[in-house]
Amino acid sequence: MTTILDPTDERVPVARQITPRTGDISGVIGLLDISKPRGNVLLDELESLLAARYPKVAVKRYAKPTFAKPCPSDLRLTIRSECTVLVEALAD
Amino acid sequence: MTATAPAFSLRDITGESRAFPTGRPSLICFVKEDCNTCNLTASVLEAFHRAWGEKADVWMVGQSADGNAILKDRHGLTLPILDDSALRTSLAWGFDIVPAVYWIGADDTPRPPLEGFVRDEWEALAQRIAGELKAPAPELAWSELPDWRPGCGSKHLDPEIHDRLLAETEGSPIRARRIEIASADDIDEFMFDQGFSDGLPVVPPTPERVLRMLTGTKRDPQDIVAIVPPNMAPATVEKIAINAVMAGCRPEYLPVVIAAVEAVCTDEFNMHGVTATTMGASPVLVVNGPIRARIGMNMKLAALGNGNRANATIGRALRLVIRNLGGARPGGVDRSTLSSPLKFTMCFAEWEEGSPWDPLHVERGFNLEDSVVTAFAMTSGPVQIVDQESRKPDQIAGTLGLGLEGMFLSKIHRMPVDALLVVCPEHVRTLTVDGDYSKARLRERIQTVTSRPLREMVSNEISGAGIPLASAAKMTEAQLATPVPKFASDKNIHIVVAGSEAGKFSAAFHGWVTGAAGSTVVSRKIDC
Repeated sequence: MTTILDPTDERVPVARQITPRTGDISGVIGLLDISKPRGNVLLDELESLLAARYPKVAVKRYAKPTFAKPCPSDLRLTIRSECTVLVEALAD
Repeated sequence: MTATAPAFSLRDITGESRAFPTGRPSLICFVKEDCNTCNLTASVLEAFHRAWGEKADVWMVGQSADGNAILKDRHGLTLPILDDSALRTSLAWGFDIVPAVYWIGADDTPRPPLEGFVRDEWEALAQRIAGELKAPAPELAWSELPDWRPGCGSKHLDPEIHDRLLAETEGSPIRARRIEIASADDIDEFMFDQGFSDGLPVVPPTPERVLRMLTGTKRDPQDIVAIVPPNMAPATVEKIAINAVMAGCRPEYLPVVIAAVEAVCTDEFNMHGVTATTMGASPVLVVNGPIRARIGMNMKLAALGNGNRANATIGRALRLVIRNLGGARPGGVDRSTLSSPLKFTMCFAEWEEGSPWDPLHVERGFNLEDSVVTAFAMTSGPVQIVDQESRKPDQIAGTLGLGLEGMFLSKIHRMPVDALLVVCPEHVRTLTVDGDYSKARLRERIQTVTSRPLREMVSNEISGAGIPLASAAKMTEAQLATPVPKFASDKNIHIVVAGSEAGKFSAAFHGWVTGAAGSTVVSRKIDC
């Protein structure tokens, strides 16, 4: 544990903040399978729901080589350059 | 030590919690295992414990848990050995040397500790305790002990530890929000992710580093130095120190950073406008006076460039204050079209000793011995002005004028905009080769050589910028023939000297909107 002092005016809580919610679903949705068993089943279902309810939204599928290791940086950069948001499936 | 010995609660080597005061007379001895003199006193303390344990608490307080276990085994100790590896109790009791032995008798009067080992003092202490407790002193072969042994510096005074301990105490001057970064997290990545950085790595502002930074000023850490736009956030000395740590400053730079924050957070300088303009303006800091040498600023070779910690980090600290406290971020209030590396850092010192003129701060009304920082709102530079051929003073002055004519757009003249001209020493030499060449004369020469007929400012096929055709049509021939210089006023031309003694390369910084509608140059005396 390291302690640092806040260099700002402290008007925003400091933590790992979740991405601000826009209130709509648009752009390119990435679906990342971390390669745990049946993660693909969950994502298949999610993809078909998205296609039915948001026909204008594009979906891209990705998979980590193994769930046991962090996402390879090439894949991370690819996802970041191609997607608006990412849904990561942790199914088991 | 305070009027009464500070209370504490520490665990002993068996894990039992022991609290002081105990309600009984107490002998407390602080030790560390790797101190030979502490080891020498261990058997004495053990004898004290065996002799008086019924009537008094004889405790050894060790400064590391592992060391306590070693001391116990090495000397066969049965007295309670308390764990102060956190060193907070050592700090609170305030001794310098271990062993430090305190006797807190029935009268509860704190006395200075015995530090180190002076046999006569320890023996006298034993006699006093025996008297007070009305219990015989232990049988000790005092004569076999050395007359005197120095102790060791207490572990809590280790520079790396002491600042952290002070930062954690209740009396700490630190008030800023503490941010805990989990050990599994990467501290540098965390700081990038929080947006604390200008895009380059920053030094983590740990409490101990900030405390060390605060030693650079006599000002109270909670003094409000300025209100920083655009968030209008109060900049306390502490908050400035935090950002100075992040920028890489040494404590002795802090007064310059504080003065710079004061200077730019004025109505005259207008940091909000400087931040917001699409033109991409930023403060350029010039430091004058004795502090330049004291903190090792660069005013000679590469003065405007990289390689000098003070120049680089003072300018960066100011930018981080504007970013982190003021909230000025690109895409937010900062709307710069292209922006500029000036927004990372730009700070240098004038080489007053290499100048034939009054230094900048004296020109601006300060005393020569004052240390002063002057902030200019500039949009570009340093732009090189190259002349390796001129040998006459008026020629080199003419070159400096022509070099400045390119500011914003060469065809535009009579500009009410500041420029900061940095004259290199070789150009200074040429200017003064025939004797004195005043700044006033240099300014006049710049205005003379840049004077062009107003006609040349009229919008045309080459460039639509300048006087609109419709306006020009209303002017007389005489008006259009009127020569106009580059600058609306000689006062727009600010001149300093810096750079290496080899090379005929001066440079200029080009301003932004000068005056009440934009920014005015501001100087502040450095409190040092």
